[in-house]
Amino acid sequence: MAQAALAIRNLSKAYAPGQFVLRDLSLEVAPRGVTAIIGPSGSGKSTLIRCINRLVEPTAGAILFEGRDLTRLKGAELRRARARIGMVFQEYNLVERLTVMENVLTGRLAYVSPLKAWLRRFPPEDIERAFRLLDEVGLSGYERQRADSLSGGQRQRVGIARAIMQQPRLLLADEPTSSLDPKTSVEIMTLLRDLAAGHAIPVLVNMHDVELARRFADRIVGLAGGAIVFDGPPHALSDARLAGIYGGESWLH
Amino acid sequence: MPSAPGSAAARAWNRFTPAERLARFAVYLAVVAAVVVSAATVEFIPEFVYDAPEQMRDLLVRMWPVDFAHYPRGVHAALVETLHIASLGTLLAVALAVPVGLLAARNVTPVPALNYLAKLVLVSSRSVNSLVWALLFIAVFGPGALAGTLAIAFRSIGFVGKLFAEACEEAHPGTIEALAAVGAPWASILTHGYWPQVKPAFWAIVLLRWDINVRESAVLGLVGAGGIGVALNTAINLFQWNRVAVVLLAIFAVVIAAEILVTQLRKRLI
Repeated sequence: MAQAALAIRNLSKAYAPGQFVLRDLSLEVAPRGVTAIIGPSGSGKSTLIRCINRLVEPTAGAILFEGRDLTRLKGAELRRARARIGMVFQEYNLVERLTVMENVLTGRLAYVSPLKAWLRRFPPEDIERAFRLLDEVGLSGYERQRADSLSGGQRQRVGIARAIMQQPRLLLADEPTSSLDPKTSVEIMTLLRDLAAGHAIPVLVNMHDVELARRFADRIVGLAGGAIVFDGPPHALSDARLAGIYGGESWLH
Repeated sequence: MPSAPGSAAARAWNRFTPAERLARFAVYLAVVAAVVVSAATVEFIPEFVYDAPEQMRDLLVRMWPVDFAHYPRGVHAALVETLHIASLGTLLAVALAVPVGLLAARNVTPVPALNYLAKLVLVSSRSVNSLVWALLFIAVFGPGALAGTLAIAFRSIGFVGKLFAEACEEAHPGTIEALAAVGAPWASILTHGYWPQVKPAFWAIVLLRWDINVRESAVLGLVGAGGIGVALNTAINLFQWNRVAVVLLAIFAVVIAAEILVTQLRKRLI
């Protein structure tokens, strides 16, 4: 890989001493396309994603992003790095009592002073772009609605708009469709893939739905017991490989 | 862990373990003992209790007729002063309690030393009754409304700060995580993550405290800290029961009015 957007080297994480959730994991993410991480519950998918933007502190290893090791950053430097990484959450994590527009604009909080943000004095180009993004995610005209009045699919659209609003160089998504019905899940994944491609942002997404991962990912990484046990294109993910990731075979039939 | 199907004894289930049952029994015993000991300490004198209804009737008779003419001359100004003490005191308390409350909330300030320091401040504020605070401030600033206002404020810091900190700790962590992931600075996480979530609780706490302070400041005058309590104290000391009645009615009316106002404000703010 010529110039990876993200390079994880020998990453380990133990929540309690000696109990490793991730073991010596290395992974590179290309500057374009969707990389899906699949694996059973407890295999470390969420921990891996959250180690990247340091919502979870890694125990050992390095994470290289834009020429810096994310694991070593602190304070303002860490915030600047986080500002360059968008994140979409399973439970959307919108600020329920704020409007859709305010939620999308929170994507710019790293760039606007707290006082100006408090007074809602965002730069006009931010507001303009927020409107364009709301159009892109199909929520035109919803800007004044409160986030808690939206449906699950609509909330996740706001979540995606908030992440893209950061103008990130990497987009993380932690089970973005797990709280949604199958049809909405497909719509959200389509939106995520197309928006990221349109803005030239690589996506690293956790998924527990293997079929959805096959359909939308350019590359699939299988995680089991905190280590990578499969890494390849969707068509290489055979039943035998799936059995290797999830263990057992009876569930495949 | 699935238990092996064995004898009935192996599957027996009790709501409490023997240790828990013992602990519950100990609590019951302690409560009964406390009631017995307290009753013995109170030393109530039966004669005074039998006498109470008569004394009560006597008091009410002496209060009648209520001296309404006294209201514009001796009560109104004191009543307004009471409201000022309560409102100013609450404002001052909120201004001081918000930063202390933020320091006390473990999720907002993840520094245990600061949490304990802030909690110490809140506990010391609450451990002193507002009457005692008033006596302290009268010693410093002399009698009057200033001492009353500060007494109200210092007693309220603990109350407002503690409840505000608890509201912050109950904020949904996912939202905060999302804003941290965006790279937002601490102040913006406060204004966009915590504030929208704690806003209803905040206004509820402030209004409740103001409501309490209106009643508390009515009593502060008894120790000379200004307000309607001074008028009440004077009237009682001079045995002017008709005037005592008008003061009590004024306090009652204000408390009712405050209750109605607070209810209406809550409906609009939350």
